[in-house]
Amino acid sequence: MVSLLDIIGPVMVGPSSSHTAGACRIGLLGRSLVGGTPQRARLELHGSFARTGEGHGTDKALVGGLLGFKPDDERIRDALDIADREGLAYRVEKTTIDEDAHPNTVRLTLERDDTTVELVGESLGAGRVRLTRIDGFPVEVSGALWTIVLVARDQPGSIARICGILADEGVNLATMRVSRKERGGDAFMVLELDDPPGDQALTQIRTLEWVRMTRALEKVAG
Amino acid sequence: MFSSLQAAIAAAETQGSSLARVALDAEARDQGRSVADIRSALRRALDIMRGAVERGMRGDLRSASGLVGGDAAKLRDGPPGPLAGTLFRDVLARALAVQEVNAAMGVIVAAPTAGGAGVLPAVLTGLAASRAIDDDRLVDALATAGLIGAVIAERASLSGAEGGCQAETGAAAAMAAGAATEMCGGTPAQAGHATALAMQGTLGLICDPLGGLVEIPCVFRNATGAAIAMAAIEMALAGIEFRIPVDEVIDTMGEIGRSMDVRYRETAGGGLAATPTGRRLTRERLVQLKKT
Ligand code: SF4
Repeated sequence: MVSLLDIIGPVMVGPSSSHTAGACRIGLLGRSLVGGTPQRARLELHGSFARTGEGHGTDKALVGGLLGFKPDDERIRDALDIADREGLAYRVEKTTIDEDAHPNTVRLTLERDDTTVELVGESLGAGRVRLTRIDGFPVEVSGALWTIVLVARDQPGSIARICGILADEGVNLATMRVSRKERGGDAFMVLELDDPPGDQALTQIRTLEWVRMTRALEKVAG
Repeated sequence: MFSSLQAAIAAAETQGSSLARVALDAEARDQGRSVADIRSALRRALDIMRGAVERGMRGDLRSASGLVGGDAAKLRDGPPGPLAGTLFRDVLARALAVQEVNAAMGVIVAAPTAGGAGVLPAVLTGLAASRAIDDDRLVDALATAGLIGAVIAERASLSGAEGGCQAETGAAAAMAAGAATEMCGGTPAQAGHATALAMQGTLGLICDPLGGLVEIPCVFRNATGAAIAMAAIEMALAGIEFRIPVDEVIDTMGEIGRSMDVRYRETAGGGLAATPTGRRLTRERLVQLKKT
């Protein structure tokens, strides 16, 4: 359903809703996956991002997002200098991710303290984005809702347990997607929520013995 | 939100209200927000739009490639043409101003997109300045513009990559025309005709930015888009009706967009981008960009 405020918006730093605002949002999602500003970042641009990214400030917008700047933050223009000052070492490369990848795709490899995350994001136009891969697991994260991403041992009852914790906190689950590389191996869960998950729910999930990693992603759009 | 502008017009007529009113009510219902809340979000958009017009008018901005900037100030201060001293010239300058801000990585409202962001602020703030229209009515106009844009998004497209420039600056012109017609006292039906009149004037417009950057022709297309909107407003307020119903005009735009060659959909593979000069400027300017 189209919202009036999606049409009269977003408020953003130009010049392109896909190459600038969308790129910034992918950076913001990457930042929440490592829990803050990374110390090292590798930005691999694909397709139109690689071809016209420089003129559109795609590199600045991605780095700005990693620094926590929203799409309407004028500091995006100076994001590369700010990154140098704040100790974010970034490297921008051009690549072909795969032949039929979306034309505006980027792969980010982020390191913060002892956490490393690799994600692939697409900018779909009008500032809308989608993460399609996190650490090699296929996902679908839009950032339009609050999102929890977690890696857990694949065992019976795990999904029910997590849904139960969220339900107890009064958090409504909008979508859920589980993927795994092999049976009995690690399962990768992406939960999109209508409400922000409280600290209590997150702590409870984190203390489950079979959950290896939990990340709460900010809502970056909508 | 409505997916037919004709349905929205009918609803406004039955209620004896305006397109702005039915748009705000529909948004409040869909999103579970209060009308006051939506209005204050639109009010913020209005402030940003005004800020962008002012910023661009100063004339000191240059885009990443150095290819655009300073032209809004030329329209303001430069030698007079046949439109010297008119609202029309002022609107053209405002449209350039916002797009120059956009190209220089300044803050704008992507309404409906960043590439077409100059048309709506130019027409609405230009008219408001010349006829003492207050902010409440401007916020109403933004709601009407949002409604028109939502219908276009639903039935056709708002993306140059999908539908060519008719879906960006063309859609922006249609939104501005309908919204400003209502803001100037036109009926919902007249606003519908203004929307159709503006859109018929941009049907088939391709997306062909040099080097894929939102600079040339984008900046100027916002000025010509605003001109088309102004023409449509004038015609609709004079009582002129467009004989093809507005929803069908919007559907036509979508159909043309879908059948448009991929060269003309933001790939910089055709149109002005593929001219000898377009290619040369792209080559030179992008090389220059990398050196800085
Ligand atoms: S030419 Fe293309 S990029 Fe430029 S404003 Fe039109 S649709 Fe947008």
